[in-house]
Amino acid sequence: MKMNQNSAPVYEALQKFRNMRVVPFDVPGHKHGRGNPELTAFLGQQCVAVDVNSMKPLDNLCHPVSVIREAEMLAADAFGAANAFLMVGGTTSSVQSMILSACKRGDKIILPRNVHRSVINALVLCGAVPVYVNPEVDTRLGISLGMEREQVQKAISENPDAVAVLVNNPTYYGICSDIKAIAKMAHDAGMLCLADEAHGTHFYFGENMPVSAMAAGADMSAVSMHKSGGSLTQSSLLLTGENINSGHVRQIINLTQTTSGSYLLMSSLDISRRNLALRGREVFAKVVSMANYARDEINSIGGYYAFGSELINGNSIFDFDRTKLSVYTRDIGLAGIEVYDILRDEYDIQIEFGDIGNILAYLSMGDRPQELERLVSALAEIRRLYEKDKSGLLSQEYIDPEVVTSPQEAFYARKKSVPIKESAGLVCSEFVMCYPPGIPILAPGERITKEILDYILYAKEKGCSMTGPEDPDILNINVLV
Amino acid sequence: MELWFSEFHAPDVKHSIRVNNHLYSKKSEFQQIDIFDTPEFGRVLTLDGNVILTERDEFIYDEMITHVPMSVHPDIKDILVIGAGDGGVVKELARYDTVKRIDLVEMDPMVLEACREYLPENASRLDDDRVYIYFDNALRFIRRCKDEYDLIIVDSTDPFGPSEGYFTREFYGSCYNALHQDGIMVNQQGSPFFRHDALAMQRSHHLIANIFPVSRVYQAHIPTYAAGYWLFGFASKKYHPVDDLDPEKWLKLNLETNYYTTKLHVGAFYLPAFLERMLMEVE
Repeated sequence: MKMNQNSAPVYEALQKFRNMRVVPFDVPGHKHGRGNPELTAFLGQQCVAVDVNSMKPLDNLCHPVSVIREAEMLAADAFGAANAFLMVGGTTSSVQSMILSACKRGDKIILPRNVHRSVINALVLCGAVPVYVNPEVDTRLGISLGMEREQVQKAISENPDAVAVLVNNPTYYGICSDIKAIAKMAHDAGMLCLADEAHGTHFYFGENMPVSAMAAGADMSAVSMHKSGGSLTQSSLLLTGENINSGHVRQIINLTQTTSGSYLLMSSLDISRRNLALRGREVFAKVVSMANYARDEINSIGGYYAFGSELINGNSIFDFDRTKLSVYTRDIGLAGIEVYDILRDEYDIQIEFGDIGNILAYLSMGDRPQELERLVSALAEIRRLYEKDKSGLLSQEYIDPEVVTSPQEAFYARKKSVPIKESAGLVCSEFVMCYPPGIPILAPGERITKEILDYILYAKEKGCSMTGPEDPDILNINVLV
Repeated sequence: MELWFSEFHAPDVKHSIRVNNHLYSKKSEFQQIDIFDTPEFGRVLTLDGNVILTERDEFIYDEMITHVPMSVHPDIKDILVIGAGDGGVVKELARYDTVKRIDLVEMDPMVLEACREYLPENASRLDDDRVYIYFDNALRFIRRCKDEYDLIIVDSTDPFGPSEGYFTREFYGSCYNALHQDGIMVNQQGSPFFRHDALAMQRSHHLIANIFPVSRVYQAHIPTYAAGYWLFGFASKKYHPVDDLDPEKWLKLNLETNYYTTKLHVGAFYLPAFLERMLMEVE
């Protein structure tokens, strides 16, 4: 970092603005909260008073030239990027802008199948065609891992016309591919390397973390500041490297981003970036030590397996994010989603998600040891009270998708609705996923198989929250005519 | 000059005590600890601004949380006390020769230090050789225990601070698991009077009643606590707090008390109608 990271230009401009007591004859209509006393009482005067519109002293997110531009330069400096863009439409908008900047209709993009739905949504928007690299699967844990270098190389060699390779850095479970090697392979083949770092903000600031995308030489990265970075929900950053034309990226962002960017979100990005740059190292050392402690405690209960860096194998698990607290639960005879439900319903503990075999508790800068003790004790109690025979639990296998047509073609093609149970063999035109983690089981354009249907029905039965299809009950599914 | 300590018992109710001297004020890793010297209540210990004990009325709390279970269970040898860094509960328990071991788990070593220095009477039995002191989070301590204790006394602060974890299902469940098959758990159950306290009281009663076969609530009058009216929970795997009381046996011990009597013991379980209704709602 070369710039003075003590400053927070958007935040400072808002403070100044507040002290000037400017008379608002502009939007928003609540006028610093006066027009909506109930909202003001709920959110607080401090908060609504800075929910304001773009104006000269506060810059404009669509075409930043002053304080927003400075905040973006500071963010770029802090993250080691050439450019950074403040984003207010969630990391979904960062991912979509990244893909729309890199691909156009008909272009191929190489990516692992365990991408977030926002990635495939971007393909629906731009018409690019996915080339999936089979992520390795840990058969015991039932989770998708990273991409192996050889598999990526094979995909690149077989698709020399592809324009980009996308890497999850890390996956929801904290698993990293060898992004540095993958970025080099992509560049050697004249392709861009893109990173989904929705779960990787802390890689830029913590010590002994997996390598960040920018440090690994990737060209663009979507970073969820609102996850481990501590900013408000829906705020995010898009980072770009030296080889990317930032003016083009700005144009792409402006295709879909609001023209009324929220200053609450932008100031939260600014303040959080400053905090990370100044104190990130200590903050994340604390998170890692809490996660390590919790792993040891959970593993000493017996029956559970809280996995960590022992999984690292140099390739499909090139590195592991030690701040992630994932616990394999099937050995106590409970699906992860069942433990997730019991924790919430019986113990008032809300964790990030449960899938078939695992739960994930999200640890961050906001956690304290006493709450961790509650989580560990609750898990010990759940084992004591609910442990079952583990036979009869379905294991989670990677199901290799058969891409019949591009997501965009499938999404816009003529389709009909059929009962899901009778859909085997047909081509799906919509998404089916468990949420969270929001990784599609089926994406538009993929062949529906019996295996996939079994999995969907099992996940539904175990209580996974399924989303995607037009039919909210997921009894019917849209398929190509 | 007038110097007063004030504590909000509810958002619109304040209780004040005149102070002669502010003897101790330190912030630990967990909480703000203060000790005052006062004309009416003697020395007063507060944590995060909440009165924990006063020299004048601590006997009520300490006697009621100990003698009630001690006179019901016929043979208490192993006891776990959670919180209670001031030593008052241990002071009462140590009067029973039949007790073999008292494990005291307090999260904050500074509370103990402060009490040893400024409330020496309360802390007088902490050095008894049956007392083992552990500075630990009680949730962490207790999830390692199974079938170990005859009695667990939960002497925690309010459910709105660092002790929040001691009012949870995982905590009460771990206590159940740590008790022998005829074990008893007694906890401070807060006050039923002001709304905020009443909801917390109902919540913890609900959790305990779902875990222990016997779960009853009893009351005492404690002037410096919210509304001057305090509750204790009596949860047990086997013994009923009134039916299994053995007054003769306890009287033979010849323990002199200032609040507890075996008659009051029975009476303390007879609750006002509004409180009976509140408990019934969540049972």
